[in-house]
Amino acid sequence: MVDLCFYFQVHQPFRMRKYSIFDIGKSKEYFDDKKNIEVLAKVARKCYLPANKVMLELLEKHPEFRISYSFSGVFLEQCESWAPDVLSSFKKLIDTGRVEVLSETYYHSLAYLFSKEEFKEQVKKHRETVKRLFGVEPRVFRNTELIYNNEIAKFVEDMGYDGILAEGWDSILGWRSPNFVYRPKTTNKIKLLLKNYRLSDDIAFRFSNRGWSEWPLTTEKFSQWVNAYNGNGEVINLFMDYETFGEHQWEDTGIFEFMRHLPEEILKNPDNHFKTPSEVIDSFPVRDEIDCHHMISWADMERDLSAWLGNRIQQSSINRLYSMEKSIKEKGDPELLELWRKLQTSDHFYYMCTKWFNDGDVHKYFNPYDSPYDSFINFMNILNDLTLRMKKSEDKEVSVDESSGQVDGQTDGEVAVDGLGKAL
Amino acid sequence: MKVLMFGWEFPPFKSGGLGTACYDLTKGLSSQDVDVTFVMPYAPKDAKADFVKIIGTNNLSKNIKIKSVKTILTPYQTFESYNEVLVSKKLSGTSDKKEAYGKNLYEEVQRYSLIAAEIAKESSCDVIHVHDWMTYKAGIIAKQITGKPLVAHIHATEFDRTGGNPNQIISHIEFEGLQAADVVIANSNWTKQNVINSYKIDPNKIEVVHWGIDNNNPYYGLNQASPFQDEKIILFLGRITIQKGPEYFVKMARKVVDFVPNTKFVVAGSGDMFEHMVNMAVDYGIADKFVFTGFLKGADVHRAFQMAHLYVMPSVSEPFGLVALEALKNNTPIMISRQSGASEVINHAFKVDFWDVDEMANKAVNILLHPELYEELKENSYRESAKFNLEEPARKTKAIYEKAIQLIR
Repeated sequence: MVDLCFYFQVHQPFRMRKYSIFDIGKSKEYFDDKKNIEVLAKVARKCYLPANKVMLELLEKHPEFRISYSFSGVFLEQCESWAPDVLSSFKKLIDTGRVEVLSETYYHSLAYLFSKEEFKEQVKKHRETVKRLFGVEPRVFRNTELIYNNEIAKFVEDMGYDGILAEGWDSILGWRSPNFVYRPKTTNKIKLLLKNYRLSDDIAFRFSNRGWSEWPLTTEKFSQWVNAYNGNGEVINLFMDYETFGEHQWEDTGIFEFMRHLPEEILKNPDNHFKTPSEVIDSFPVRDEIDCHHMISWADMERDLSAWLGNRIQQSSINRLYSMEKSIKEKGDPELLELWRKLQTSDHFYYMCTKWFNDGDVHKYFNPYDSPYDSFINFMNILNDLTLRMKKSEDKEVSVDESSGQVDGQTDGEVAVDGLGKAL
Repeated sequence: MKVLMFGWEFPPFKSGGLGTACYDLTKGLSSQDVDVTFVMPYAPKDAKADFVKIIGTNNLSKNIKIKSVKTILTPYQTFESYNEVLVSKKLSGTSDKKEAYGKNLYEEVQRYSLIAAEIAKESSCDVIHVHDWMTYKAGIIAKQITGKPLVAHIHATEFDRTGGNPNQIISHIEFEGLQAADVVIANSNWTKQNVINSYKIDPNKIEVVHWGIDNNNPYYGLNQASPFQDEKIILFLGRITIQKGPEYFVKMARKVVDFVPNTKFVVAGSGDMFEHMVNMAVDYGIADKFVFTGFLKGADVHRAFQMAHLYVMPSVSEPFGLVALEALKNNTPIMISRQSGASEVINHAFKVDFWDVDEMANKAVNILLHPELYEELKENSYRESAKFNLEEPARKTKAIYEKAIQLIR
């Protein structure tokens, strides 16, 4: 027998507004609400609402059907503000009891790589939000962009999770198949679910590609591929962005119809089932150990961190951001802390990626900026303003506490802004 | 294949990017087995190209013949400035009949065209190729005499040169040439669109050939260091004319120094807006931040790029902007206006609207303040510059010749 485990990632960042050096010290508006509302409304219309409708139909029609979602906290926050109908349609799915919600960082951040403390706080905030909105408590963790290695698995196990997701990348699997449950090396209890990237990407990336030899992809064909794993696999993990439905693959490609009919086709084989990640963990034993030292992700051909941290401007801006952690937390101003955290969303660094830029348009869809350099400039201007605001309020405190001699040491960021501050 | 080409400048006798473009194109064509005879208004004795034969006034090397017709035309002359030259020559007593033939620019073009007709009669070419308005009449006459197809190359329209205030005589000549041509070559989509908008030329006969640049130039590797210790250089290099947007450069500078006072703005070039540019810098109280070098040529152009932290090309309308590629080849990051052909083909560059002075300052300040941004842009744009060469434009031009020959049959 072989089971299918669907996990859909649902995320929208808070995109920044155009913020130039002339705004530093003058404007406190960092985010482009108008644009974010527009994008959310567009994706809701094209993807979330129609896809949720299909999923609900399937859940009603097939008692066997199971799916799972991971929502970024910043997505849920935008829904609460601007798209309550989207939120309630997800809630309806989750209320069936056959839709699992996974755990992640609230801000869809790379916090694990820079501050374990911050990482834990964001995961906690996400858990609380999921509990509040959907009344469920996640057992399975998925890190931003499926960023993973042994150490993360161990860390997440210690946080109490039963399972973690990762890319079923060849470099960690070797000759082995992603279609079994594994144990991350150095852990005792947590189970690892690996994405079957071939079958996942057949749907997520290749579905509408007319140059693909398997186009058009029918439910019959896909089911045959799934059935072919019978006897040499226990679970096929189909992990993808939820925006696959209607946004990456437009409605006229037939993606909704494909999904609408896939379960009945899969279930024609009585040995096939659908499972949520938790059910997979409870049903199958660990078959082997996976040893993954270096960081992997589900992005690009490289499956590494280069999409977010591959060049100087990405590294420098994110290091500057996290170098502020101590002072911003000591400051204790919830507004500044919240702004600082929203700047951590991985998308901001993805926009600065230069490795695809030679091809010009490959990633334009995902990027609100004309160039990675423009993205960096906008980010640094905002970061400089945030630093300035922090410093200003510190100066006030310093002047009050001057007698006690409490003066914080300056970080690099503050020094760089100093020049700007003087100019302003 | 034999081509009779009418141009107006050829290195070392040149004052702008056009001479370089003609040199590069003929060099590229010679490697594609195209035999070019190059006719120009005035060919000094040292006009030669090592890669080709030059026959005509000086019989020097292989594939290119340079024939000269004496006039005082220069490519960037307006009707008014031509008259000024004539007057000043008379006043200073240097007027030389050998140099100043016609009484005005229009007569001068006529005379060039008539002499060109004589050359065409003797020529046994397959295609006639003309470069910009001053040669268009020559091309039209040569086409009538030889019956060969006419390819009109447009490097800049009169609208580009004058910031939208065209001289009527010139734009009329430009229109006639483009009309008469069997194929028009525009050096960018920007130029193509300008030609369509300004002259209503049939889009189907306009082909776009983006310029390339020679990958082998000994000047690229000079590694000229900046003479300033603590001040980074932002460079303007080009003719100081309305087309190149010099005033936007000064306006940007005024804003940049508010944030990064220790910045030097180097202006390399000459032109009719030079005084205006200096006056602006004085009025803004930032004259001490400016260095005016005058017109640079040869190695000095490359040295200027190498010294600079950022090259800015704020052109109001830049048909291509070969100079942007030169900057990249010298490992200098660039900021170019979106109103340029170069911005169509270069990814790794700051791109701005020429009028958006705030955005120019925003980008300039950031690249001055953040070494990682400078390094990243520099490395990526230098790598990207490798995709430009002389072969590709020449190959496309040859294909256009073949198309033009087919059209005539």
